[in-house]
Amino acid sequence: MREGEEGADQWGRPKKVVFVTVGTTSFDALVRVVDQQEFKQVLLGKGYTHLLIQMGRGTYIPAKWEGEAGSLVVDYFTFSSSIADHLRSASLVISHAGSGSIFETLKLRKPLIVVVNEDLMDNHQAELAEELAERKHLYCARPQTLHKTISDMNLESLLPYHPGDATPVAKIINRFLGFPED
Amino acid sequence: MALGIIIGVSVIVSLLLIRVLHILYRSGKPISDKSPKSYSTLVVLGSGGHTAEMINLLLALDQNRFSPRYYIAAATDNMSLQKARSLENSLAEKAGIKVAADAVQYMQIYRSREVGQSYITSVWTTLVALVHALWLMLRVRPQVILCNGPGTCIPLCAIAFLFKIVGIRWSSIFYVESIARVRRLSLSGLILYKLRIADRFFVQWPQLQRIYPRADYVGCLM
Repeated sequence: MREGEEGADQWGRPKKVVFVTVGTTSFDALVRVVDQQEFKQVLLGKGYTHLLIQMGRGTYIPAKWEGEAGSLVVDYFTFSSSIADHLRSASLVISHAGSGSIFETLKLRKPLIVVVNEDLMDNHQAELAEELAERKHLYCARPQTLHKTISDMNLESLLPYHPGDATPVAKIINRFLGFPED
Repeated sequence: MALGIIIGVSVIVSLLLIRVLHILYRSGKPISDKSPKSYSTLVVLGSGGHTAEMINLLLALDQNRFSPRYYIAAATDNMSLQKARSLENSLAEKAGIKVAADAVQYMQIYRSREVGQSYITSVWTTLVALVHALWLMLRVRPQVILCNGPGTCIPLCAIAFLFKIVGIRWSSIFYVESIARVRRLSLSGLILYKLRIADRFFVQWPQLQRIYPRADYVGCLM
Protein backbone atom coordinates (compact mmCIF):
# COMPACT_ATOMS: atom_id res chain seq x y z
CA MET A 1 0.00 0.00 0.00
CA ARG A 2 1.22 3.45 -0.92
CA GLU A 3 1.98 5.91 1.85
CA GLY A 4 1.33 9.65 1.75
CA GLU A 5 3.50 12.22 0.06
CA GLU A 6 6.98 12.83 1.37
CA GLY A 7 7.43 15.88 3.55
CA ALA A 8 7.97 16.98 7.09
CA ASP A 9 5.95 19.20 9.41
CA GLN A 10 7.39 22.24 11.23
CA TRP A 11 8.88 20.01 13.92
CA GLY A 12 10.75 17.94 11.41
CA ARG A 13 8.53 14.89 11.78
CA PRO A 14 7.70 13.07 8.56
CA LYS A 15 4.14 14.25 7.77
CA LYS A 16 1.62 11.43 7.96
CA VAL A 17 -1.97 12.51 7.46
CA VAL A 18 -5.09 10.61 8.46
CA PHE A 19 -7.96 11.85 6.30
CA VAL A 20 -11.51 11.25 7.55
CA THR A 21 -14.33 11.74 5.03
CA VAL A 22 -18.11 11.45 5.58
CA GLY A 23 -19.20 12.34 2.02
CA THR A 24 -22.16 14.51 1.06
CA THR A 25 -24.32 13.86 4.12
CA SER A 26 -23.40 13.77 7.80
CA PHE A 27 -21.90 11.14 10.07
CA ASP A 28 -21.56 12.73 13.50
CA ALA A 29 -21.00 9.37 15.20
CA LEU A 30 -17.76 9.00 13.25
CA VAL A 31 -16.59 12.60 13.73
CA ARG A 32 -17.25 12.31 17.47
CA VAL A 33 -15.15 9.14 17.72
CA VAL A 34 -12.13 10.53 15.88
CA ASP A 35 -12.32 13.69 18.03
CA GLN A 36 -11.73 11.72 21.24
CA GLN A 37 -8.41 12.20 23.00
CA GLU A 38 -7.76 8.46 23.40
CA PHE A 39 -8.34 8.00 19.68
CA LYS A 40 -5.80 10.70 18.84
CA GLN A 41 -3.31 8.99 21.14
CA VAL A 42 -3.76 5.77 19.18
CA LEU A 43 -3.05 7.63 15.92
CA LEU A 44 0.07 9.24 17.42
CA GLY A 45 1.19 5.85 18.63
CA LYS A 46 0.89 4.56 15.07
CA GLY A 47 3.13 7.38 13.84
CA TYR A 48 0.50 9.68 12.33
CA THR A 49 1.05 13.43 12.74
CA HIS A 50 -2.04 15.06 11.20
CA LEU A 51 -5.78 14.43 11.37
CA LEU A 52 -7.93 16.12 8.73
CA ILE A 53 -11.71 15.70 8.95
CA GLN A 54 -14.24 16.33 6.18
CA MET A 55 -17.40 16.58 8.32
CA GLY A 56 -20.07 17.30 5.69
CA ARG A 57 -23.41 18.48 6.99
CA GLY A 58 -22.74 17.21 10.50
CA THR A 59 -23.46 19.37 13.53
CA TYR A 60 -20.75 17.99 15.82
CA ILE A 61 -17.74 20.31 15.52
CA PRO A 62 -14.42 18.65 16.33
CA ALA A 63 -11.67 20.53 18.17
CA LYS A 64 -9.01 22.13 16.00
CA TRP A 65 -5.46 21.80 17.23
CA GLU A 66 -2.54 23.69 15.74
CA GLY A 67 -0.27 21.24 17.44
CA GLU A 68 2.94 21.36 19.34
CA ALA A 69 5.96 19.10 19.17
CA GLY A 70 4.82 15.56 19.76
CA SER A 71 1.08 16.09 19.39
CA LEU A 72 -1.44 15.49 16.64
CA VAL A 73 -2.37 18.45 14.38
CA VAL A 74 -6.15 18.44 13.90
CA ASP A 75 -8.13 20.36 11.29
CA TYR A 76 -11.56 20.05 9.71
CA PHE A 77 -13.75 21.41 6.90
CA THR A 78 -17.30 20.77 5.70
CA PHE A 79 -17.03 20.23 1.93
CA SER A 80 -14.31 20.56 -0.67
CA SER A 81 -14.16 20.21 -4.42
CA SER A 82 -10.68 18.71 -4.09
CA ILE A 83 -11.38 15.57 -2.05
CA ALA A 84 -9.09 13.74 -4.49
CA ASP A 85 -6.14 15.92 -3.44
CA HIS A 86 -6.80 15.18 0.23
CA LEU A 87 -6.99 11.47 -0.51
CA ARG A 88 -3.77 11.62 -2.47
CA SER A 89 -1.81 13.29 0.33
CA ALA A 90 -3.19 10.98 3.04
CA SER A 91 -1.31 8.07 4.60
CA LEU A 92 -4.52 6.55 5.91
CA VAL A 93 -8.12 7.19 4.85
CA ILE A 94 -11.07 6.65 7.18
CA SER A 95 -14.24 6.86 5.09
CA HIS A 96 -18.00 6.45 5.25
CA ALA A 97 -19.28 3.43 3.32
CA GLY A 98 -20.37 5.18 0.09
CA SER A 99 -19.15 3.28 -2.96
CA GLY A 100 -17.86 6.42 -4.70
CA SER A 101 -15.57 7.24 -1.81
CA ILE A 102 -14.46 3.62 -1.35
CA PHE A 103 -13.42 3.06 -4.96
CA GLU A 104 -11.80 6.46 -5.34
CA THR A 105 -9.57 5.65 -2.36
CA LEU A 106 -8.84 2.09 -3.51
CA LYS A 107 -7.85 3.32 -6.98
CA LEU A 108 -5.29 5.61 -5.35
CA ARG A 109 -3.97 2.54 -3.49
CA LYS A 110 -4.40 4.20 -0.11
CA PRO A 111 -4.86 2.19 3.08
CA LEU A 112 -8.56 2.47 3.90
CA ILE A 113 -10.80 1.88 6.88
CA VAL A 114 -14.50 2.05 6.03
CA VAL A 115 -16.80 2.93 8.91
CA VAL A 116 -20.39 1.80 8.50
CA ASN A 117 -23.08 4.27 9.59
CA GLU A 118 -25.54 2.23 11.61
CA ASP A 119 -28.05 5.11 11.82
CA LEU A 120 -29.06 4.87 8.17
CA MET A 121 -32.57 3.51 7.56
CA ASP A 122 -31.74 1.18 4.72
CA ASN A 123 -28.27 0.10 5.62
CA HIS A 124 -27.13 -1.90 2.63
CA GLN A 125 -23.80 -0.11 2.58
CA ALA A 126 -22.27 -2.55 5.06
CA GLU A 127 -22.52 -5.27 2.36
CA LEU A 128 -19.94 -3.69 0.08
CA ALA A 129 -17.53 -2.76 2.88
CA GLU A 130 -17.74 -6.24 4.41
CA GLU A 131 -17.24 -7.98 1.06
CA LEU A 132 -14.18 -5.86 0.25
CA ALA A 133 -12.85 -6.39 3.79
CA GLU A 134 -13.23 -10.14 3.33
CA ARG A 135 -11.17 -9.81 0.16
CA LYS A 136 -8.59 -7.88 2.21
CA HIS A 137 -8.79 -4.64 0.20
CA LEU A 138 -9.73 -2.58 3.25
CA TYR A 139 -10.70 -2.71 6.92
CA CYS A 140 -14.34 -2.44 7.89
CA ALA A 141 -15.36 -0.97 11.25
CA ARG A 142 -18.24 0.59 13.20
CA PRO A 143 -17.79 3.89 15.06
CA GLN A 144 -17.40 2.04 18.37
CA THR A 145 -14.84 -0.46 17.02
CA LEU A 146 -12.72 1.98 14.97
CA HIS A 147 -10.37 2.49 17.90
CA LYS A 148 -9.60 -1.23 18.09
CA THR A 149 -9.36 -1.61 14.30
CA ILE A 150 -6.61 1.00 14.16
CA SER A 151 -4.68 -0.47 17.09
CA ASP A 152 -4.81 -3.96 15.55
CA MET A 153 -4.42 -3.13 11.87
CA ASN A 154 -1.52 -4.32 9.77
CA LEU A 155 -1.45 -2.30 6.56
CA GLU A 156 1.03 -4.72 5.00
CA SER A 157 -1.66 -7.38 4.88
CA LEU A 158 -3.99 -5.31 2.66
CA LEU A 159 -4.15 -6.33 -1.00
CA PRO A 160 -4.32 -3.78 -3.86
CA TYR A 161 -7.68 -3.55 -5.64
CA HIS A 162 -7.65 -4.02 -9.38
CA PRO A 163 -10.42 -1.87 -10.89
CA GLY A 164 -12.99 -3.65 -13.03
CA ASP A 165 -14.55 -2.32 -16.21
CA ALA A 166 -17.81 -2.27 -18.12
CA THR A 167 -16.82 -4.12 -21.28
CA PRO A 168 -18.71 -7.34 -20.36
CA VAL A 169 -21.92 -5.30 -19.94
CA ALA A 170 -21.29 -3.34 -23.14
CA LYS A 171 -20.74 -6.62 -25.06
CA ILE A 172 -24.06 -8.10 -23.95
CA ILE A 173 -25.95 -4.85 -24.69
CA ASN A 174 -24.41 -4.59 -28.17
CA ARG A 175 -25.22 -8.21 -28.98
CA PHE A 176 -28.77 -7.78 -27.68
CA LEU A 177 -29.35 -4.74 -29.89
CA GLY A 178 -27.97 -6.46 -32.98
CA PHE A 179 -24.70 -4.54 -33.30
CA PRO A 180 -21.76 -6.45 -34.79
CA GLU A 181 -18.89 -7.43 -32.45
CA ASP A 182 -16.05 -4.93 -32.56
CA MET B 1 -77.62 -5.27 -21.49
CA ALA B 2 -75.74 -6.31 -18.32
CA LEU B 3 -74.61 -9.46 -20.05
CA GLY B 4 -73.31 -7.37 -22.94
CA ILE B 5 -71.21 -5.24 -20.60
CA ILE B 6 -69.82 -8.31 -18.84
CA ILE B 7 -68.88 -9.93 -22.14
CA GLY B 8 -67.40 -6.67 -23.41
CA VAL B 9 -65.30 -6.17 -20.29
CA SER B 10 -64.07 -9.76 -20.27
CA VAL B 11 -63.06 -9.52 -23.92
CA ILE B 12 -61.11 -6.31 -23.25
CA VAL B 13 -59.45 -7.77 -20.14
CA SER B 14 -58.52 -10.96 -21.99
CA LEU B 15 -57.09 -9.03 -24.93
CA LEU B 16 -55.10 -6.84 -22.56
CA LEU B 17 -53.82 -9.90 -20.72
CA ILE B 18 -52.78 -11.54 -23.96
CA ARG B 19 -51.03 -8.33 -24.99
CA VAL B 20 -49.14 -8.12 -21.66
CA LEU B 21 -48.12 -11.78 -21.91
CA HIS B 22 -47.00 -11.23 -25.48
CA ILE B 23 -44.88 -8.22 -24.43
CA LEU B 24 -43.39 -10.22 -21.54
CA TYR B 25 -42.57 -13.00 -24.00
CA ARG B 26 -40.92 -10.61 -26.44
CA SER B 27 -39.06 -8.67 -23.73
CA GLY B 28 -35.63 -9.98 -22.93
CA LYS B 29 -35.22 -11.36 -26.45
CA PRO B 30 -32.62 -9.76 -28.70
CA ILE B 31 -33.79 -7.13 -31.15
CA SER B 32 -34.27 -8.85 -34.52
CA ASP B 33 -33.35 -5.82 -36.65
CA LYS B 34 -29.85 -6.76 -37.80
CA SER B 35 -28.86 -3.44 -39.35
CA PRO B 36 -29.54 -0.79 -36.76
CA LYS B 37 -27.76 2.52 -37.01
CA SER B 38 -28.41 4.05 -33.64
CA TYR B 39 -30.91 4.06 -30.81
CA SER B 40 -32.20 7.07 -28.91
CA THR B 41 -31.02 6.40 -25.39
CA LEU B 42 -32.25 7.50 -22.00
CA VAL B 43 -29.57 7.41 -19.30
CA VAL B 44 -30.96 7.49 -15.76
CA LEU B 45 -28.40 8.91 -13.35
CA GLY B 46 -28.33 8.38 -9.60
CA SER B 47 -26.17 10.19 -7.14
CA GLY B 48 -22.51 9.71 -6.25
CA GLY B 49 -21.42 6.13 -6.75
CA HIS B 50 -24.33 5.33 -9.10
CA THR B 51 -23.26 8.05 -11.52
CA ALA B 52 -19.63 6.97 -11.43
CA GLU B 53 -20.67 3.42 -12.41
CA MET B 54 -22.94 4.69 -15.19
CA ILE B 55 -20.15 6.84 -16.62
CA ASN B 56 -17.90 3.76 -16.72
CA LEU B 57 -20.61 1.94 -18.67
CA LEU B 58 -21.07 4.83 -21.12
CA LEU B 59 -17.33 4.93 -21.74
CA ALA B 60 -17.49 1.27 -22.80
CA LEU B 61 -20.31 1.89 -25.30
CA ASP B 62 -19.94 3.33 -28.81
CA GLN B 63 -21.57 6.78 -28.63
CA ASN B 64 -22.60 6.69 -32.28
CA ARG B 65 -24.76 3.63 -31.63
CA PHE B 66 -26.51 5.25 -28.68
CA SER B 67 -27.62 8.58 -30.01
CA PRO B 68 -29.27 10.97 -29.31
CA ARG B 69 -28.67 10.65 -25.57
CA TYR B 70 -31.01 11.98 -22.91
CA TYR B 71 -29.61 12.24 -19.40
CA ILE B 72 -32.04 12.35 -16.54
CA ALA B 73 -31.30 12.96 -12.86
CA ALA B 74 -33.24 13.78 -9.72
CA ALA B 75 -34.19 17.44 -9.30
CA THR B 76 -32.40 17.46 -5.96
CA ASP B 77 -29.18 16.13 -7.47
CA ASN B 78 -26.99 18.92 -8.83
CA MET B 79 -23.84 16.89 -9.31
CA SER B 80 -24.88 14.10 -11.67
CA LEU B 81 -25.90 16.15 -14.71
CA GLN B 82 -22.74 18.19 -14.27
CA LYS B 83 -20.72 14.96 -14.41
CA ALA B 84 -22.66 13.85 -17.50
CA ARG B 85 -21.90 17.19 -19.15
CA SER B 86 -18.19 16.92 -18.53
CA LEU B 87 -18.28 13.32 -19.83
CA GLU B 88 -20.02 14.48 -23.04
CA ASN B 89 -17.57 17.37 -23.42
CA SER B 90 -14.58 15.08 -23.09
CA LEU B 91 -16.11 12.57 -25.54
CA ALA B 92 -16.72 15.34 -28.07
CA GLU B 93 -13.22 16.69 -27.59
CA LYS B 94 -11.73 13.23 -28.12
CA ALA B 95 -13.74 12.74 -31.30
CA GLY B 96 -12.80 16.26 -32.40
CA ILE B 97 -16.39 17.27 -33.01
CA LYS B 98 -18.83 19.73 -31.58
CA VAL B 99 -21.89 18.01 -30.14
CA ALA B 100 -25.02 19.06 -31.98
CA ALA B 101 -27.48 20.82 -29.68
CA ASP B 102 -30.11 18.08 -30.02
CA ALA B 103 -27.72 15.11 -29.86
CA VAL B 104 -27.44 15.31 -26.08
CA GLN B 105 -30.06 16.61 -23.67
CA TYR B 106 -30.14 16.94 -19.90
CA MET B 107 -33.32 16.72 -17.84
CA GLN B 108 -34.32 16.68 -14.19
CA ILE B 109 -37.09 14.67 -12.59
CA TYR B 110 -38.89 14.69 -9.23
CA ARG B 111 -37.84 11.81 -7.07
CA SER B 112 -40.33 9.28 -5.78
CA ARG B 113 -38.41 8.91 -2.53
CA GLU B 114 -35.49 10.77 -1.01
CA VAL B 115 -32.90 8.85 1.00
CA GLY B 116 -34.33 8.48 4.50
CA GLN B 117 -37.89 9.49 3.57
CA SER B 118 -40.59 7.38 5.22
CA TYR B 119 -42.44 4.83 3.12
CA ILE B 120 -45.81 6.42 3.93
CA THR B 121 -45.16 9.94 2.61
CA SER B 122 -43.48 8.40 -0.38
CA VAL B 123 -46.89 7.27 -1.70
CA TRP B 124 -47.81 10.87 -2.54
CA THR B 125 -44.38 11.86 -3.84
CA THR B 126 -44.40 8.75 -6.00
CA LEU B 127 -47.62 9.90 -7.68
CA VAL B 128 -46.16 13.32 -8.48
CA ALA B 129 -43.00 11.69 -9.79
CA LEU B 130 -45.10 9.35 -11.95
CA VAL B 131 -46.97 12.18 -13.71
CA HIS B 132 -43.76 14.07 -14.30
CA ALA B 133 -42.09 10.92 -15.60
CA LEU B 134 -44.98 10.31 -18.02
CA TRP B 135 -44.62 13.80 -19.43
CA LEU B 136 -40.86 13.40 -19.91
CA MET B 137 -41.23 9.94 -21.44
CA LEU B 138 -43.81 11.15 -23.96
CA ARG B 139 -41.31 13.78 -25.05
CA VAL B 140 -38.30 11.48 -25.29
CA ARG B 141 -39.80 8.08 -26.23
CA PRO B 142 -36.38 6.35 -25.92
CA GLN B 143 -35.50 3.09 -27.68
CA VAL B 144 -32.89 2.17 -25.09
CA ILE B 145 -32.96 2.83 -21.35
CA LEU B 146 -29.83 2.48 -19.25
CA CYS B 147 -30.25 2.53 -15.49
CA ASN B 148 -28.35 1.35 -12.45
CA GLY B 149 -30.25 1.75 -9.27
CA PRO B 150 -31.69 5.10 -8.34
CA GLY B 151 -35.41 5.02 -7.47
CA THR B 152 -36.04 7.55 -10.23
CA CYS B 153 -35.69 4.76 -12.77
CA ILE B 154 -38.79 2.88 -11.57
CA PRO B 155 -41.50 5.25 -12.88
CA LEU B 156 -39.52 5.72 -16.11
CA CYS B 157 -39.14 1.99 -16.70
CA ALA B 158 -42.77 1.28 -15.77
CA ILE B 159 -43.92 3.87 -18.32
CA ALA B 160 -41.57 2.45 -20.94
CA PHE B 161 -43.17 -0.96 -20.33
CA LEU B 162 -46.63 0.63 -20.66
CA PHE B 163 -45.54 2.17 -23.97
CA LYS B 164 -44.62 -1.33 -25.18
CA ILE B 165 -48.07 -2.66 -24.27
CA VAL B 166 -49.94 0.24 -25.83
CA GLY B 167 -47.64 0.22 -28.84
CA ILE B 168 -46.34 3.77 -28.51
CA ARG B 169 -42.68 2.75 -28.50
CA TRP B 170 -40.63 -0.44 -28.22
CA SER B 171 -37.67 0.00 -25.91
CA SER B 172 -34.93 -2.18 -24.49
CA ILE B 173 -34.34 -1.68 -20.80
CA PHE B 174 -30.91 -2.50 -19.36
CA TYR B 175 -30.48 -2.49 -15.62
CA VAL B 176 -27.12 -2.78 -13.86
CA GLU B 177 -27.45 -3.40 -10.12
CA SER B 178 -25.14 -1.14 -8.16
CA ILE B 179 -21.78 -2.49 -7.01
CA ALA B 180 -22.89 -1.68 -3.47
CA ARG B 181 -25.39 -4.56 -3.65
CA VAL B 182 -23.52 -7.71 -2.78
CA ARG B 183 -26.01 -9.99 -1.07
CA ARG B 184 -29.44 -8.47 -1.75
CA LEU B 185 -30.94 -6.52 -4.65
CA SER B 186 -32.01 -2.92 -4.18
CA LEU B 187 -35.75 -2.25 -4.14
CA SER B 188 -35.51 -0.83 -7.68
CA GLY B 189 -33.60 -3.87 -8.85
CA LEU B 190 -36.01 -6.27 -7.20
CA ILE B 191 -39.03 -4.60 -8.84
CA LEU B 192 -37.49 -4.59 -12.33
CA TYR B 193 -36.30 -8.19 -11.97
CA LYS B 194 -39.45 -9.69 -10.47
CA LEU B 195 -41.84 -7.91 -12.86
CA ARG B 196 -39.52 -8.74 -15.78
CA ILE B 197 -39.51 -5.10 -16.85
CA ALA B 198 -35.76 -5.08 -17.48
CA ASP B 199 -34.84 -6.81 -20.75
CA ARG B 200 -31.38 -7.53 -19.41
CA PHE B 201 -30.45 -7.46 -15.75
CA PHE B 202 -26.80 -7.25 -14.69
CA VAL B 203 -25.26 -7.92 -11.29
CA GLN B 204 -21.69 -7.23 -10.21
CA TRP B 205 -21.26 -9.98 -7.61
CA PRO B 206 -21.52 -13.75 -8.15
CA GLN B 207 -23.52 -14.20 -4.91
CA LEU B 208 -26.42 -12.26 -6.41
CA GLN B 209 -26.41 -14.20 -9.66
CA ARG B 210 -26.84 -17.42 -7.69
CA ILE B 211 -30.02 -16.04 -6.09
CA TYR B 212 -31.32 -14.36 -9.26
CA PRO B 213 -30.46 -16.77 -12.08
CA ARG B 214 -31.94 -14.67 -14.89
CA ALA B 215 -29.34 -11.97 -14.16
CA ASP B 216 -26.02 -11.71 -15.99
CA TYR B 217 -22.96 -11.65 -13.73
CA VAL B 218 -20.54 -9.17 -15.29
CA GLY B 219 -17.92 -8.49 -12.61
CA CYS B 220 -17.21 -5.12 -11.06
CA LEU B 221 -17.70 -1.93 -13.06
CA MET B 222 -15.53 0.08 -10.72
